[in-house]
Amino acid sequence: MMKRRLLLAGVAAGAFAVPFAGTLASAVAQEVVKIGLIATLTGPQASSGRQKVAGARLFMAQNGDTVAGKKIELIIKDDTGVADQTRRIAQELIVNDKVAFLSGFSLTPLALAVAPVITQAKVPAIIMTAGTSVITERSPYFVRASFTLPQQTIPITEWAAKNGIKTAVSLVSDYGPGIDAQDAFKMGLEARGGKVVEQIKAPLANPEFAAFLQRAKDLKPDALFLFVPAPTAGSLMRQVVDRGISQAGIKVIGTGDITDDDQLNGMGDAVIGLTTSHFYSAAHDSPMNKKFVADFKAANNNLRPNFIGVSGYDGMHLMYEALKKTNGNTDGTALVEAMKGMKLESPRGTFSIDPATRDIVQDVYIRKVERKDGELYNIEFDVVKDVKDPTHK
Amino acid sequence: MLTILFDGIAYGMLLFVLSVGLCVTLGLMNFINLAHGAFAMAGGYLTVVMMNWYGISFYWCLPAAFIVSAVLGVVLERTLYSRLYDKTHLDQVLFSIGLIFIATAAVDYVMGASQQIINLPAELNGRFEFLGASIGVYRLFVIIICGLLTVLLQYVIGRTRFGSRLRASVDDRRVARGLGIDVTGIFALTFAVGSGLAGLGGALGASILSMDPTFPLKYMIYFLIVISVGGTTTITGPFFASILLGIADVAGKYFVPSIGGFIIYSIMVLVLIFKPEGLFTRSTRR
Repeated sequence: MMKRRLLLAGVAAGAFAVPFAGTLASAVAQEVVKIGLIATLTGPQASSGRQKVAGARLFMAQNGDTVAGKKIELIIKDDTGVADQTRRIAQELIVNDKVAFLSGFSLTPLALAVAPVITQAKVPAIIMTAGTSVITERSPYFVRASFTLPQQTIPITEWAAKNGIKTAVSLVSDYGPGIDAQDAFKMGLEARGGKVVEQIKAPLANPEFAAFLQRAKDLKPDALFLFVPAPTAGSLMRQVVDRGISQAGIKVIGTGDITDDDQLNGMGDAVIGLTTSHFYSAAHDSPMNKKFVADFKAANNNLRPNFIGVSGYDGMHLMYEALKKTNGNTDGTALVEAMKGMKLESPRGTFSIDPATRDIVQDVYIRKVERKDGELYNIEFDVVKDVKDPTHK
Repeated sequence: MLTILFDGIAYGMLLFVLSVGLCVTLGLMNFINLAHGAFAMAGGYLTVVMMNWYGISFYWCLPAAFIVSAVLGVVLERTLYSRLYDKTHLDQVLFSIGLIFIATAAVDYVMGASQQIINLPAELNGRFEFLGASIGVYRLFVIIICGLLTVLLQYVIGRTRFGSRLRASVDDRRVARGLGIDVTGIFALTFAVGSGLAGLGGALGASILSMDPTFPLKYMIYFLIVISVGGTTTITGPFFASILLGIADVAGKYFVPSIGGFIIYSIMVLVLIFKPEGLFTRSTRR
């Protein structure tokens, strides 16, 4: 008797509890939006991956992980800098994890490898590093939060022409962005009455620049324009100094890649005075950047943010804003539409997404390496406003 | 023109010091040690740590790099390598490639993946003009040190008692042992010196070649080119091969930059087609 009563009570309680538990669960299990970040965390490009991940994490730490009522989950994968891996990881993230966004891409070939995948799956991909112009033309789902080489290069030709540089030699790494940089440099300088005497291409995996630099020196141009991927910049700059290029009266100029904030301090006083054009310097003078640099250093064992770190941060910002605009709708086409024409405040200054090309439009600064507070920094002294990639039609 | 020749010789000398240890283990001990570059990396990173973290003078780093890499060599030789002397070449290749991956991952974990930069002492920087050639002081320093080492090595192997014992042990291990030569000890010592030289090469090259965790893999190709062009039975073979490759590489990049990076590979292909045993081999062996 007693037993049956208890049993009944148990059933009743259970019956009561079920619908209640149901409402409770739906209140707790908020909808999750997953973002895939494909970074290169091992291999020679690993410093780029570390910066990107740190930038993206910092944005989430500063702005919370809830957007438009949905919880953001960041999935970080390492592609080791190999295009096949990037493509495989992109497929896995789309099919298994059902991510709303892909992001990352340290090198141009890595971004190009996912173009067909994202077009087919209609998943937007935010480029956080790769700098060849053509990438955004390869899929309507690419949006760029970093930069393009021609965009960074044209302003330095303007500065060079203004400062009496008539002849120049360019020395670049022989791969997509390098070719973009040398072509843009030639185009820019020759449009302003200068002349590029010779365009030297060094193999991408090149340990010794001595011969190339000697050739550039013997051609006696007014200026030597340099571009190599940021992780190689340190050893190139050592050899530039060692070869006495500046002492021979040749002005060394380049894009900001060669005076990358991440490595600048290790290059020594010899690089002081080097003039480059780029969209970001850790010394950029704005309250937002000061906070960004301080928070970034605090969270990453005193690592100084560089242009890749800020691109990771801004890429995350773009995705947050896109989700806000679609009110949490994760349809890929709607998200890309939302990002078109978007204008955001960033530690680098203001930037916007060109609605026609989905490429970034931003200010490019002319900077000089100087010693400030005992450390080497790129100090900005001139700016070209709202630069678009000049090679997009 | 002379500048190019000079730069080429300096680069070749550096290649020689880096790869001579591999010639010794491969040619004299008949052991394929692809992980040779890992010892060079050890020397290079030791220099980076000593100079950048503890501010020790560059000149102390050079002997330290030699000694530490040599000790590392002995330890690994006694514990791991000696077990593989009698195994097939494939086993040796797989084993030493595995070691490279371990070394790369370990350095990546401890030091990070980015390139390490050292600042040489002021008196080694700079350049001067000599007979119309512009000479980099540091490259001259490299040439002098490597030149001295070459002479010393040639003397030790060719003229000393140790050298003849080594050659005897290599030619026929059993008979040498029967004659009372301590083959095990000689091999361990030889391996140590080879590793030490790699370490020294790494330290010397730290500012010219870029030091990052992929160093052993990146330079493995160069070591192998030096050895396939120079042959492994002498010290002079790899020496001349290194100089030849250094000059060809630098001159090629200078005069025809568009294909310059490919020239040393072309030389290797030609040598392998026409003289597969290497350019400078003694033909009387075995």
